[in-house]
Amino acid sequence: MKIKSQSADKAATIVFYIIAGIVVLLLAVFVGYLLYQGRDRLNLHFIFSAPVFGKEGGGIGPQLFNSLYMVFLSMLITLPIGLSAGIYLAEYAKPSKVTNIIRFCIEALSSLPSIVIGLFGLLIFVNLTGWKYTLMGGALTVSVLNLPVITRISEDALRNVSPSIKEASLALGATHWQTILKVLVPSAIPGLVTGVILTTGRVFGEAAALLYTAGMSSPVLHFSNLNPLSHGSPLNPFRPAETLAVYIWQVNSEGLAPDARKIADGASAILIIAVFLFNIVARIIGRSLNAKFTGKSSRK
Amino acid sequence: MPKPIKKSRKINFYYLKHEFYGKALVTFFGLFLILLTLLLVVFIASKGFSTFTKDHVSPLQFLFSTLWKPDRDLQSGGPVVGALIFIIGSILISVIALIISTPFSIGTAVFMTEISPRLGKKLLQPAIEIFVGIPSVVYGWVGLSVLVPFIHRVFGGLGFSLLAGGIVLAVMIFPTITSVAADALRALPGDYKEASYALGSTRWQTIRKVLVPSALPGILTGVVLGLARAFGEALAVQMVIGNSIRIPGSLLDSTVNLTSIITMDMGNTVNGTVWNNSLWSMALLLLVISFLFIVLIHKIGSKGRVQR
Repeated sequence: MKIKSQSADKAATIVFYIIAGIVVLLLAVFVGYLLYQGRDRLNLHFIFSAPVFGKEGGGIGPQLFNSLYMVFLSMLITLPIGLSAGIYLAEYAKPSKVTNIIRFCIEALSSLPSIVIGLFGLLIFVNLTGWKYTLMGGALTVSVLNLPVITRISEDALRNVSPSIKEASLALGATHWQTILKVLVPSAIPGLVTGVILTTGRVFGEAAALLYTAGMSSPVLHFSNLNPLSHGSPLNPFRPAETLAVYIWQVNSEGLAPDARKIADGASAILIIAVFLFNIVARIIGRSLNAKFTGKSSRK
Repeated sequence: MPKPIKKSRKINFYYLKHEFYGKALVTFFGLFLILLTLLLVVFIASKGFSTFTKDHVSPLQFLFSTLWKPDRDLQSGGPVVGALIFIIGSILISVIALIISTPFSIGTAVFMTEISPRLGKKLLQPAIEIFVGIPSVVYGWVGLSVLVPFIHRVFGGLGFSLLAGGIVLAVMIFPTITSVAADALRALPGDYKEASYALGSTRWQTIRKVLVPSALPGILTGVVLGLARAFGEALAVQMVIGNSIRIPGSLLDSTVNLTSIITMDMGNTVNGTVWNNSLWSMALLLLVISFLFIVLIHKIGSKGRVQR
């Protein structure tokens, strides 16, 4: 009986190792396959040149730029709002019905399918505003998607600040608001930065919410024209702006180019590389900021 | 010395004002989240209900009819919008994804917390974070270019199938279930495990009879979150499922789900037509289901607390 249960234990351990092995192997094969398939497109020409309609050899320059610009704009919108809401939840909100409702809303928003948020964006930022498909509309829609995430990250980062730091600041006569701005938020920066970079990576790959808000076309961009108000300038946020992730989907479903397969392979490889970069950068920055901040406090 | 006192009072007032403005500002943005959610619900609902109020389609017919002829002309009886095929497609594909993903997720979570926390932290945690970060279109693209031809060769059929969608979704929801389940296992008090070992149980017995049952509410929460994600995923599924409007007879049949039909038809239907309105109703349905999942998670969570 004893031997039986021991061999069952051994067998179970082996099974658990196999499961974990399969998971790691799957990821390795997945990433390796994408990089291998996209290898001959990982060159500067593909990354920077514009797509060519109906012909081979087009690049993804405008789409990549649109993705980056959209990430930037949406963070510009989400960060102040999300951080404020996070401060409210961490510092001011008392356990009450209203607080519970806010928490429920955060949960509900963050679990909504992104296509539904995209349709909300279509109603508000495309139809109601009359902007049609614009980069700005896309950025605002993605902000709705991100807001609950950033709020939660901010709240967690603020709550993780050691209470003694806050108490010391209050004991020195600082007001609550001063303590928040000058002590809590700066101490929460390591946690904030890591979370924000990881969220940024997710925006970079978002597609469903952007199909009907930022559109599936990208006008010809003149990178010499940097006036954000002029038509055809890449910096103009009120133009249709297809992002890289949307392009992968579109090039497959609409067959715009004979080398659609190659384009999708290359663009996927670039998205994967971007995901890795975001992950690594988040880790490195998080660690170094953490060391810097804790180092400072120990010296005092 | 009246002067300095007066000065300090002024400063106090200044800081009080800031205190007030600061609090007002962050409170506003806290409440803004409620406003945003309400706005979202109201807008989607107002469009989604127009199928029933303006076009007089009965909600029961919309939910329980498989007849989808949104472009039928008036002579043959006018358009009919029954969404049951899409609803069944969504349910089937999510359930398949769950069946594939759950054993792997729980296994991985147990491995990370009980078998080898060191490898878990060094290898599996980063792997899961990368799985989360991979964009859904990339999952869809790999599904389309690798999985679909593979299924076509090995099992026959078109390749575009319920099975392909289920597998792609299973990979996508794996990190969600795993990380929530691992958190639940980690949160268990250490004495459960110690008591079980002290009674002479092996590690496997402890895992099977003590740890997993006590962490069950947390694990279920992860499963429901995974289900919610699978239900709402759009593009990755749309790329591999085949999008033929019928109820699938087998795992290898192509079919369609709610998110796919919305994605495909929203762009080429005219605003205000029955066809377009019914797509908004489906979006509303997705929203309602997603809210129901949250309520379900709360129910599971409170049940877990009572038990403890």
